[in-house]
Amino acid sequence: MENTINLTLKVWRQNGSKAKGRFETYKVNQISTDNSFLEMLDILNEQLINENKVPVAFDHDCREGICGMCSLYINGRPHGPDDDVTTCQLHMRKFKDGQTITIEPWRSAAFPVIHDLIVDRRAFDKIIAAGGYVSVSTGGVPDANSIAISKVDADEAMDSASCIGCGACVAACKNGSAMLFVSAKVSHLAMLPQGRVEGARRAKAMVAKMDELGFGNCTNTGACEVECPKNISLSNIARLNREFLSAKLQD
Amino acid sequence: MSNLLTASIGRKLLMSVSGLFLILFLFVHLILNSFLLLDGVMGFQEGQFFNAGVHFMGTNPLIKVIEPMLALGFLIHIIYSLILTFQNMKARGSQSYASGKKTSGVEWASENMLVLGIAIVSFLAIHIFNFYMKMKGHIEWEAGPLVKFPFFGTEAEGENAYALVHETFKILPIVLLYIVGSVALAFHLAHGFWSSFQTIGWNNTKWMPRMRVISNVVAIILGGGFTVIAAAQYLFF
Ligand code: HEM
Ligand code: SF4
Ligand code: FES
Repeated sequence: MENTINLTLKVWRQNGSKAKGRFETYKVNQISTDNSFLEMLDILNEQLINENKVPVAFDHDCREGICGMCSLYINGRPHGPDDDVTTCQLHMRKFKDGQTITIEPWRSAAFPVIHDLIVDRRAFDKIIAAGGYVSVSTGGVPDANSIAISKVDADEAMDSASCIGCGACVAACKNGSAMLFVSAKVSHLAMLPQGRVEGARRAKAMVAKMDELGFGNCTNTGACEVECPKNISLSNIARLNREFLSAKLQD
Repeated sequence: MSNLLTASIGRKLLMSVSGLFLILFLFVHLILNSFLLLDGVMGFQEGQFFNAGVHFMGTNPLIKVIEPMLALGFLIHIIYSLILTFQNMKARGSQSYASGKKTSGVEWASENMLVLGIAIVSFLAIHIFNFYMKMKGHIEWEAGPLVKFPFFGTEAEGENAYALVHETFKILPIVLLYIVGSVALAFHLAHGFWSSFQTIGWNNTKWMPRMRVISNVVAIILGGGFTVIAAAQYLFF
């Protein structure tokens, strides 16, 4: 049997990065609890279009939790009340009939609002461009098992690599720090032999870019780890600290 | 090494190392304070053991080296805490979330390190005024006659620090202030201790959860220790 709920939405509206934003209140009715949060917003937008109003702008792409585009701060939490999911994977069954839902963009100085709920996350791209890749020639496809990698390292590298760059860590952080993101990107390469070669250069370049772009200093509050939809572990931050400090000591 | 301190992680390293150094100092300090209670247990006359300890600390040549290091440790820790916190507020931006922050499982102390630090500094100022300045002769106090106490098998003569502490801890508001300062310290360290190892880069999934437990133990020993000594002096001595 399908359940439906009626909701009041308080949505942040802002006409461009320079404009002053404000909250608008909308009502949506008969929302199926099987809908995803973004589908609910689609319904709202259709309603707005039918009323000849401007639809709410929000980021999204894959809608299956892998691209990291969706980015809403919902009722006090990045990606909303559910744990370990992105906004596109958040379902309306997590909300109650008659509830008021407050929807805001990520708030952080390095992520300025572009329009309504969309923020500029190109700062992350710049950090990746500073060194989040492997540029050494790794030759042709090697024979399987010719480079032995322990299961533990392989698993940890894969876990770190699952970061989708959504920015929830920054949005949740009272310090506006990007350390969880940067540490995940440094870690997944540092733990594998191909990435290890450039480990020191990478850690220095990415941290320098992160600082330059105005992200804050991590105080290990752990809010990022709690809100990360991909469960990226705080231990990555310790690894980044070590990578960075030992790279600096070698200079 | 060149530009280590202009990097976020480099500045955090300073916070961490200076913080750990201060913790080390606090342990030494606590051991000395414990003499206040141990006097009776060890079979000394009132205050002798503590006075001997203070005499040792005051006359030890090593102290001449450690004292400026300690001042420097505090200075670095405080200056960088202000720099880092200011940068963090700027990085966070001026817009706050209308729906608040409902992230669960975040240590309260970890988000209020500066507030706790300021509480510690306020306490520290009064503490230095109460004892350190007087002992070093910067402030007049009714020192009373020098006292004798056993000192490494012989007998030594020195100021009656015990009397000063004892008289100070008869004043309830001061005792309460000490307790508030100690509790602030406990919260600061419950987060700070393990966080400093994370900052240094001790990445270890097995040990980090243990470090958090050890962190609480350190916080309870130091915060609780100073509290118990101040309270016991007021209540029982
Ligand atoms: C005896 C006194 C103190 C001790 C033992 C101590 C110890 C520590 C330790 C171990 C840390 C963790 C460092 C890290 O996460 O890497 C820390 C962080 C911090 N302390 Fe202190 N502290 C003391 C006094 C103060 C004072 C007086 C202030 C400021 C007025 C202060 C402000 C801070 C701040 C803001 C942090 C967080 C900084 C960060 O993690 O980036 N502390 N402290
Ligand atoms: S670490 Fe987690 S929260 Fe941060 S960008 Fe990556 S996936 Fe998003
Ligand atoms: S839209 Fe791709 S992760 Fe949500």
